[in-house]
Amino acid sequence: MKINEVPQDREDFKGKSEVRKLMYATRDDGSYASVNSEGWEVENLATRQAWEAAIEDLAAVERDVRAGRLSPIPYFMQKCLMELPVLARHMGKWQWQIKRHFKPAVFAKLPQPILEKYSKVFRISIEELINFGK
Amino acid sequence: MHPFQHRQHAHCESGVTANLLQHNGISISEPMAFGIGAGIFFGHLPFVKVNGIPGTTFRIWPGYIFKRVTQRLGIKIETRKFSKPEQAMKALDQALAQNIPVGMIAGVYYLDYLPDAFRFHFNAHNLVVYGKQGEQYLVSDPVLSEPSVIGYDALADARFAKGFPEPKGKMYLVRQVPEQVDFTKAIKDGIRQTCFFMSSPPVPWFGVNAISLLARRIEQYPHKFTPRQCSLYLGNIIRMQEEIGTGGGGFRFLYAAFLQEASLYTNHQQLGKLSERYTAIGDQWRNFAYSAARICKARNTDLVSYNELSRQLLDIGEKEKKFFRDLKQVKW
Repeated sequence: MKINEVPQDREDFKGKSEVRKLMYATRDDGSYASVNSEGWEVENLATRQAWEAAIEDLAAVERDVRAGRLSPIPYFMQKCLMELPVLARHMGKWQWQIKRHFKPAVFAKLPQPILEKYSKVFRISIEELINFGK
Repeated sequence: MHPFQHRQHAHCESGVTANLLQHNGISISEPMAFGIGAGIFFGHLPFVKVNGIPGTTFRIWPGYIFKRVTQRLGIKIETRKFSKPEQAMKALDQALAQNIPVGMIAGVYYLDYLPDAFRFHFNAHNLVVYGKQGEQYLVSDPVLSEPSVIGYDALADARFAKGFPEPKGKMYLVRQVPEQVDFTKAIKDGIRQTCFFMSSPPVPWFGVNAISLLARRIEQYPHKFTPRQCSLYLGNIIRMQEEIGTGGGGFRFLYAAFLQEASLYTNHQQLGKLSERYTAIGDQWRNFAYSAARICKARNTDLVSYNELSRQLLDIGEKEKKFFRDLKQVKW
């Protein structure tokens, strides 16, 4: 890549172009130099696509919570961009235990300390957690 | 001790390594740190999924570059891991009280000074904390042009991010540097190790062979997965290759820059020629990303474009294979 080929495709999505990252490119004589770049349409598209997928997934979980098929736990897990193994590590529990808490009936009976722990991990209040989707 | 100087670099770990060594009076560039630390790599693990997407990497595993560079240059370092955030933060405070800048591994999700676009769960980011102002820690994040600040809680969370890999509060610092350092042997050792990692793994998921593996997988994508999955899988390869901290072309330009600098340092013509060749391979990676993005954008699963993309990647795989064979045979 030559210096004049370093793309400067600005992308305002979620502050992406605030990072003017460093790229390595060659001068006319072939020697390397570092150049700042605002981004490249190719990776801008990939970034945007990944976020949009996360938002779509979240909307799907939200529908399930509102329909009473899932507890609020998977919603906030997805909202924090977490996966089941990560949430299980945060909670100090097995994955199957967390999965049980996805069931609205099990969630309704969860003791206060566990709810507190969840709300701390998700950085929300207990009220927000238990009232979500009602 | 003079104040810590923040410099922006392309990649977090080679950048942290260069900044920490420069602070200790060793004049080393980022490409040099990347090359000596044998940072270039390729790996594709179809069965290790993040958010349901198969993992691809263009670099060696985290923590490796700093360790190898300091080892090869005879620099004494100290690395520590912790079981509790309080201990990890206390050890950091103690080092800062002695004016020692501290390198550490952190989870990107909790680094609130970064724009939201980058804040996914990625637990192998490197940064330097070089001071404290009131309750705020002064951060030198090599991918940013300016230094940043972060609060105690966010930093503690980042250092104890959960998932894979887990940083466990890992911190590293330079203890002692030799009076003279010679890069020549370190360059040779770094190159030799890179050739070994790229050419010799006996499993198909690592090294140059993994590029062909990914190419064959891509050909299968439209047969096996939904259009949405196909698009996300390709998008993930693009992100690993270009999004942040690679210097472009999945670290290929960074490594070519290293070979060029090494050629000048050791006065070795052949390395200069190889640098040019690797730059051309980097350009091919850029073209590959461009084609992949076009497929993502069209959201199509027409077989012709996937076959074409796969062929592009097979060609890159062949070229990298030959390249590392020739690099291995360089006579010193």
